[in-house]
Amino acid sequence: MCLAIPVRIVSIDGDEAEAEIAGVRRQVSIAFTPEARVGDYVLLHTGYAIGVIDEAEAEETLKLLEEIASLSEVY
Amino acid sequence: MKFIDEYRNSELAEKLAQKIASRSTKSIKVMEFCGGHTHAILRYGIRQLVPKTVEMKSGPGCPVCVTATADLDKAIALAHLPDVIITTFGDMVRVPGSYSSLQQAKAEGADVRIVYSTIDVVEIARANPEKSVIFIGIGFETTAPTIAASILKAQQEKMENFHVLSLNKLTPPVIKALLDSGEVKLDGIVCPGHVSVIIGSHPYEFIPRDYGVACVISGFEPLDILLCIDKLVEQIERGEPKVEIAYPRGVKPEGNRKAWQLMEDVFEVGEANWRGIGIVPHSGLKVREKYEQFDADKAFSVSLKPPREPEGCRCGDVIRGAATPLECKLFGKVCTPERPVGPCMVSSEGACAAYYQYGGPENLPGF
Repeated sequence: MCLAIPVRIVSIDGDEAEAEIAGVRRQVSIAFTPEARVGDYVLLHTGYAIGVIDEAEAEETLKLLEEIASLSEVY
Repeated sequence: MKFIDEYRNSELAEKLAQKIASRSTKSIKVMEFCGGHTHAILRYGIRQLVPKTVEMKSGPGCPVCVTATADLDKAIALAHLPDVIITTFGDMVRVPGSYSSLQQAKAEGADVRIVYSTIDVVEIARANPEKSVIFIGIGFETTAPTIAASILKAQQEKMENFHVLSLNKLTPPVIKALLDSGEVKLDGIVCPGHVSVIIGSHPYEFIPRDYGVACVISGFEPLDILLCIDKLVEQIERGEPKVEIAYPRGVKPEGNRKAWQLMEDVFEVGEANWRGIGIVPHSGLKVREKYEQFDADKAFSVSLKPPREPEGCRCGDVIRGAATPLECKLFGKVCTPERPVGPCMVSSEGACAAYYQYGGPENLPGF
């Protein structure tokens, strides 16, 4: 129900956008994320983009995970 | 798929689990609020990955499950009104009410339609001007802005046949109600990721401050959840509970203000009736008076018989984290996904459905 999946914005027309996931395209509303730009990934929930994914933060989390994993080898 | 696959690395997951085990000395109870988390935790075997010191409980985060039987009965009664089209999200139609279900109402001739989005509801209303279209609005803060947006759209288009039965609920007030009851002693909460995309991290701050309970907002992939548990264990071991975001690619401390404002424009906070919990003050969203023409509660009146719960069903206890699905005598015997007795077995996010689907044979009766 609170499921949201990352989709990539491919075109924008006002509050509406076309988004792609795994080769499938569909119309989404970006009324809640006016800052979304073509190429951005947004979290899609029931037809609405509820947030723009912060790619820098995504990288940071992956780095943190790698660090934790390398630390665990010393335990 | 980007932002999904990289958070499903099993090698990293095992290392992360080892790290959690190495630092976890206290026996703790943590609750995942969100049904999406329950599903992911069971699906990826996270309960088996984390050390025995960490007990994980499922909470009241499945919107279909927490819908009170009396509210469901109202939706079913609305479906039987003449010239009405009922629209709702998928799982709702299969949940047994006191005397019927939306699915049964449909079999008896009612027009009940499953929608993916409130955008579809507006289209149905536009295409059927001679019918009253009622959306059964369930969901938490993630979904409420989309319902608010549909009401604003209906107003813009001056639609007279678009209505919402708002059963929407709010997360922090029900967490407070659970903590106040003291029924389940919790040390930490896996806070819901997509609710938090909208509300941010600030609304949880009373939890560590007033209750001493650790709070970490989590994403939905297995590495996200393990990272969240690692942070919860760290906070609890140190005795320094606070609110942390372990899902920063999606959640900002301030949330999505635009969606939040839309929600506040259309809805006001009121009490809500939760299955298994009862009336919780300040935990529901009601349509504001200025939009009352779209409020199904104002536009229609139905008479209802007193609600009754299915005999033996422990969904209420499961929702509060007071029992696991395995402690329900009906689980897997009388109550299965094919013939569900209670909503927790109907919804894909319900704890019973997740236990049934992913719990393994040792969790099913007869093995």
